[in-house]
Amino acid sequence: MNSAGPQATMPVTQRPDGDRARPGPNEVRLGVEQASYAYAAAGREAPLFTLEATSFQARQRELVAILGPNASGKSTLLQLIAGALKPLSGRVQLDGFETSRLDPRTRAQRIAVVQQESSLLFSVRAWEYVLQGRHPYGRGLRFETEEDCVIVENALQQVGAEHLRDRWVNQISGGEKQRVTLARALAQQPLLLLLDEPTLHLDIGAQVGLLQRLRQLAEENRYTVVVVTHELNLAAEFADQAVLLHRGKCLRVGSPAEVYNRELLEQVFEAPLEVEIGPEGRPRVTVRVKRTASAG
Amino acid sequence: MRPLTVHRLLWKCSILAVVLLAVMLLALKLGAVPISVTDVLLDLGRVVLGQRGQLSTEYRLIVFELRLPRILLGIMVGAALSVAGAGFQALLRNPLADPYVLGVSSGAALGAILSLIASPHVPLATPLAAFAGAGLTIAAVYFLGRREGQLDSGTLLLAGIIAASFLSAVIMFLMTTLAGRDSRGMAFWLMGDLSTPLPPGMRWIFVVGLLAATAAIYSTAADLNLLLTGEREAMHLGVHITRVKLVVYIAASGLTGLAVSVSGAIGYVGLLVPHLMRLLFGTDYRLLIPTSALGGAITIVLADTLARTVVAPTELPVGAMTAMAGAPVFIYLLRRRLR
Repeated sequence: MNSAGPQATMPVTQRPDGDRARPGPNEVRLGVEQASYAYAAAGREAPLFTLEATSFQARQRELVAILGPNASGKSTLLQLIAGALKPLSGRVQLDGFETSRLDPRTRAQRIAVVQQESSLLFSVRAWEYVLQGRHPYGRGLRFETEEDCVIVENALQQVGAEHLRDRWVNQISGGEKQRVTLARALAQQPLLLLLDEPTLHLDIGAQVGLLQRLRQLAEENRYTVVVVTHELNLAAEFADQAVLLHRGKCLRVGSPAEVYNRELLEQVFEAPLEVEIGPEGRPRVTVRVKRTASAG
Repeated sequence: MRPLTVHRLLWKCSILAVVLLAVMLLALKLGAVPISVTDVLLDLGRVVLGQRGQLSTEYRLIVFELRLPRILLGIMVGAALSVAGAGFQALLRNPLADPYVLGVSSGAALGAILSLIASPHVPLATPLAAFAGAGLTIAAVYFLGRREGQLDSGTLLLAGIIAASFLSAVIMFLMTTLAGRDSRGMAFWLMGDLSTPLPPGMRWIFVVGLLAATAAIYSTAADLNLLLTGEREAMHLGVHITRVKLVVYIAASGLTGLAVSVSGAIGYVGLLVPHLMRLLFGTDYRLLIPTSALGGAITIVLADTLARTVVAPTELPVGAMTAMAGAPVFIYLLRRRLR
């Protein structure tokens, strides 16, 4: 298949594919090395948007938050990690394999992606939707096995959505849909779980619930979780690492305490902010608002 | 939770197969010369037992040389158009897609007419030219139907409808200026008609092409289910998007080309039948493709029987019957979608 993306300008070296040994628990699972990307309107025109070389690493059971304002390149980075886009330079490796070079089937067995919005042309029931996560494991017409059904039941249970099993997907609330979509990703039994702004359109309770669940899933299922989000405080509370992007540049990578620097965040988000470090060493961001004299 | 099993698939298909047999029997019986069901069954029994010689000449002529070939042609055309419709609906992510509405049938008809004008005696030229016409039209409609790089449902339908009326106008022009070169005439190509039997040389090509293209679309059924949730999502779930789309594009154009080259542009079957099957059996493409094939066969045989009998001894083109039933359904679906 030809990917529509631009051709790599730098030669991309690849590790020999023969080495399939799984790394130990503390080895790097996801390695993003100097990965960059550029969107162009057409062939030879100047790029409309560029994501400059970005690097970070994540182990299993780790939760990484990708932060940044709109149009900072968060979703592009996520698509690069997912292997949907091929980096212009650098590489993204999952257990030593370049994600953009895996065939779609193998990729879907190792990487699950929860997108922002999904629209269904014809409605299906929640269990059918979750069953779609078993697609990369079947062949031909993919008549589902007993095992597939057990996996679907477990996935629904893990996200606390057993009761939604027989409901139509287009008739449940946004938060419930989010959980069912997450269950579908779990049914893929991936190594890497990627989520693009999963907290969008959720109320605060559902947001905290979701992040807590992701934390727990990363622990129980040994996932590496990467979340794109706008919620600075939730990310600070739940993430092991934060990657801060601004206008296609990766400004800082590290623990939330390292990344959440007041001047840096103020410059990136263009708002007056206050950063304090909480009792557990996790930073907390608040907005500083200047009151006018008459209002006081 | 009740996932699809082979057993359930075969069970639902066999129900439709029984209905199809009943409809075939009815179609053999009804017509300008009515024949009782018992006689039809007895005659069929004699044919099966190899006692063809015992049939009365009159019945044999009507039932086996006029009605039966026409019914078999209808079955194949109906199956081809319905499977093509279901395929286009997934390919374009548009529930209103149909070979006729999108102008694909008119493109195929124009291809077929051009081949008849250019080389009337080359046997395979007509279906191949119809296939090329169908493929080119759907490609054109696809690119015209995009807005800012995205496939837009309304723009796509408009592009299809405009392509259909433009191509119909070209067909009318050709048929008027070159009258007499082709015995089948304008109504055949624009409305569809099953009264012209398949030329003997076409039979096997038609059957093999139909089976191959249907099997090709069916092999992607599980992928099409995911394609309906969106391309990027399907890709993340392991669907080889380019490959699946190419297979469906070629096979659905092929099915339309085959059907149109032997029966003209019969409309709305590809829209009507898959939607009816979705209402009856759900939206799973693994069920939808075979049930649409059978349902399309049933629909066309019924429609053609009506076309032969309502104003007997005169005949209506079968396309007039399907359009009368299909156009209101199209409007209903369009309005439901706009709400």
